[in-house]
Amino acid sequence: MSVRKIHSSAKAALADILRDDMTIMSGGFGLCGIPAVLIDAVLESGVRGLTIISNNPGTESMGLGKLFKTRQVRKLVCSYAGENAEFARQYMAGEVEVEFNPQGTLAERIRAGGAGIPAFYTRTGVGTVIAEGKPLAEFDGKLYVQERGLKADLALVHAWKADTEGNLVYRMTARNFNPMMASAAALTVAEVELLVEPGEIDPDHIVTPGIFVDRLVLLDNVDKHIEQRTVRRRAAVVEE
Amino acid sequence: MPWTRDQMAARAARELRDGYYVNLGIGIPTLVANHVPPGMSIQLQSENGMLGMGPFPWEGEEDADLINAGKQTITTLPTTSFFDSAASFGMIRGGHIQLSMLGALQVSEKGDLANWAVPGKMIKGIGGAMDLVAGVGRVVVIMEHTAKGETKIVRECSLPLTGSGVVNMIVTDLCVFEVGPDGLILVDLAPDTSLEDVRANTEADFLVALQ
Repeated sequence: MSVRKIHSSAKAALADILRDDMTIMSGGFGLCGIPAVLIDAVLESGVRGLTIISNNPGTESMGLGKLFKTRQVRKLVCSYAGENAEFARQYMAGEVEVEFNPQGTLAERIRAGGAGIPAFYTRTGVGTVIAEGKPLAEFDGKLYVQERGLKADLALVHAWKADTEGNLVYRMTARNFNPMMASAAALTVAEVELLVEPGEIDPDHIVTPGIFVDRLVLLDNVDKHIEQRTVRRRAAVVEE
Repeated sequence: MPWTRDQMAARAARELRDGYYVNLGIGIPTLVANHVPPGMSIQLQSENGMLGMGPFPWEGEEDADLINAGKQTITTLPTTSFFDSAASFGMIRGGHIQLSMLGALQVSEKGDLANWAVPGKMIKGIGGAMDLVAGVGRVVVIMEHTAKGETKIVRECSLPLTGSGVVNMIVTDLCVFEVGPDGLILVDLAPDTSLEDVRANTEADFLVALQ
């Protein structure tokens, strides 16, 4: 069994790679499927001037939100940032640079970056501020806007299960941006809830092939958070 | 009497067709799921990476890994599939979703939609709205007719656009408009609501073709 990719902790997995002013992709949608333990290691390292590419900036006290509190982020590339008051304050004060993308454009830019596609055309954003300053082209009688592929120095992803080769499987909607980000960075580190031997995951069920994953960290406890707890109430049991 | 939020959702649900894949936005559009006619098969898409969205979980069965695009806990169905965000928006942008229902700040008589930014206020971002209106075949806006006494149905949107010429239908608490090639067409009125009520609360011009 190869243990080449396995690191003993998030800190150990990131020690030689983290530096000021680097670009980091971070998976997740809201707080679902975020690489929370890897983000904590970035926090503890104290690196600054970061460009973060992520769908959301976490909440004030969780996920990427922690890196805004400590002023480690210079620029955020995201699609939606409505749930983090400290980020909102820094953004309104002009202390952090923000680039808003339509969510599908963000996902496709990352996918393209990972697939060696420098630019692509989409209908999304045509006729809006999103298209301002970008090349437009007509295909089959419709107008499209050019968007660029995105790459990063480092991708941080969260997966449910990995084998030691780095093949990854995600769990339900915690997949979201993680697979594309794993493909689009010079170095990808995955935190995983379960680690198994090669052959224990059906090859047909692997979502991210190990070629995209450079380092693995097995989490010893998994602490997940729910942003909007919505439930159906059970009818009260009537006792006779 | 104007329609309630739930009645607006029920009216919008009349636009559903058997076999449709549908994306419902946050707010009143979410309530449309409660009004799918019996026997009709509809698969709801959640743009964070899920088709076949089930109802909220029973208390105690919430799972942090299973949320909708509003970050609410939900459940699976036997028809559910999961996929990444690029595949999810590939579905949306590729024209595979038949119907998108979402809220708005303003809609123009040409079907322009503004629903993401108010100058001077904190911009929270775009999310999936621009992709949905650009890629989905039929776009239904569900919203209150006015906000703080101001009409939301205008000749030209003054707010930053989400999409240009993208809205097909507007369902409000007062009425329903189809967006035709020559502008708005009033097709339905809430009970005890008059044409004059609609005119008084609508900046845009419209034709009347009540059904």
